[in-house]
Amino acid sequence: MSSIAAAWRRLPWWVEPVSVVIVLSVFGLYSFAIVSFLPGEYKEYLSPFYSPPIPHPDWMPDFITAPMFIIWMPLGFRATCYYYRKAYYRAFFWDPPACQAGAQEREPRKAENYRGERAVFVLNNVHRYFLYASFVVLAFLWYDTVLTFFPGGSFGVKVGSIIWLANVVLLSTYSLSCHSLRHIIGGNKDCYTCVRGGNTRRKLYNGVSRLNLQHPQWAWFSLFSVLLTDIYFRLIQAGVIPDLTILG
Amino acid sequence: MSEGNGNNPGGVTSKAHSPVPDEDLGKSGKMAKLKIFRGDAEGGEEIGYEIPLVEGMVVLDAVLAIQAQQAPDLAVRWNCKAAHCGSCSAEINGRPKLLCKTRVEEYDGGEIHVGPMRAFPVIKDLVSDVSWNYEVSKGIKPFQSSEQAPFTMYEEDVERLYEPKKCIECFMCQDVCHVLRTHHKHPEFAGPRFFVRNQWLEMHPMDEADRLADLKEDNGLGFCNITKCCTEVCPVDIHITDNSIIPLKERVADEYYDPAKWLMRKIRGS
Ligand code: SF4
Ligand code: SF4
Ligand code: FES
Ligand code: FES
Repeated sequence: MSSIAAAWRRLPWWVEPVSVVIVLSVFGLYSFAIVSFLPGEYKEYLSPFYSPPIPHPDWMPDFITAPMFIIWMPLGFRATCYYYRKAYYRAFFWDPPACQAGAQEREPRKAENYRGERAVFVLNNVHRYFLYASFVVLAFLWYDTVLTFFPGGSFGVKVGSIIWLANVVLLSTYSLSCHSLRHIIGGNKDCYTCVRGGNTRRKLYNGVSRLNLQHPQWAWFSLFSVLLTDIYFRLIQAGVIPDLTILG
Repeated sequence: MSEGNGNNPGGVTSKAHSPVPDEDLGKSGKMAKLKIFRGDAEGGEEIGYEIPLVEGMVVLDAVLAIQAQQAPDLAVRWNCKAAHCGSCSAEINGRPKLLCKTRVEEYDGGEIHVGPMRAFPVIKDLVSDVSWNYEVSKGIKPFQSSEQAPFTMYEEDVERLYEPKKCIECFMCQDVCHVLRTHHKHPEFAGPRFFVRNQWLEMHPMDEADRLADLKEDNGLGFCNITKCCTEVCPVDIHITDNSIIPLKERVADEYYDPAKWLMRKIRGS
């Protein structure tokens, strides 16, 4: 792992921002295509982009599909996430694209035009509200995952159930390692021994802090897991691969 | 090296405070190639130097050997040679580094470009004028408590304060921060080092001052776009962005950008 990291560091500085642009754009286009044109339910599975399933109101034009009412929550959560902010400020805005002098000289905007998170990006401060919303969505994803363990009404384990479980675990870990959660749970206190339940808060805070150390990794792993879970869903639905039964 | 002789009564073998001695130079049979910026605020150019490579030598050793043997007027600032004082900060191949903590061998025999920190005015060669930082420091509300020290404090309340206290004020985080380096926001932006200091003060269980308004306005916390270059260069591994800046941004958000909290304050009349 460390040798991969070392090799990654030796690459030219533009490799990282360019990779981020490619991965995020592919993910964006893929999710848009899925929620716009493709169905979301097959047997006991629900595509992670379609959870929770809601009906499409009759008066709504067809190009606005039902999952679009949901997807803004996880999307907004990621768009305002402190880690993704770093990633897209660097990759899409080149503000800065990387840290070394040569890369910083490539920052495109004029010095006096730079506002950082003081102008439009001040809106990123709503991140905590997306965190609350993402917990609601997570609850539904856990529910969907439990259902995958009951194909046909009785307990059974299929490859799909394991994939759904892995996905929801990664998504939960990503949310539980969030900086805003870390703040709400204990980061906002200066003195734990002075408040009621302080010791519990401190322990929770330390727990979230430990997860938070790997927040970028959780951000990427959970993004890929959503993508792979949906691809698996499409493949079994199209009959390209069988959904193998492990148990039951 | 001989031990306990007349010149060295304590048998001290540490070379921490001296450049590499002449007799050590040249043992490896290889050469270290350095290009050092020579000039001042008006401008200057890189001059190439070569000196014999000694196994384990740091860039400061090389620079001091060059100063001793080839360029006596070469300006470099250093003190402890032990990564403690934060004096020898400079830029190596475009990245801020402590000269005394960076081994020549890290660069695998390639060229090593050494220059001064560029976010501050250059005085001469490898030395820049970091005094702006001391002015910023003076502007930060000092520790305030209605109680008299010594305080009784508990480990669980102060464990978060050890990390910001590790800062050696090398100002490399300030140097690499694009808000200062590229956008020149010095009058409006305090910089990562001072967010570290503010975090220490704000999270201190005995401190009673409120710095959130200062952080938002005078210190320009909002200019930071959490792109983490400061964290990448900190020689004492302070997680500046994750543990100082983001927690402060969250506190500022509580106070200024959270509609529910704003409403609660209105209802409570505070
Ligand atoms: S994270 Fe903020 S303070 Fe640190 S280098 Fe980036 S912009 Fe500057
Ligand atoms: S926070 Fe780290 S990089 Fe910044 S001045 Fe302190 S020790 Fe140096
Ligand atoms: S900071 Fe990344 S999810 Fe909250
Ligand atoms: S000389 Fe003290 S930190 Fe390098």
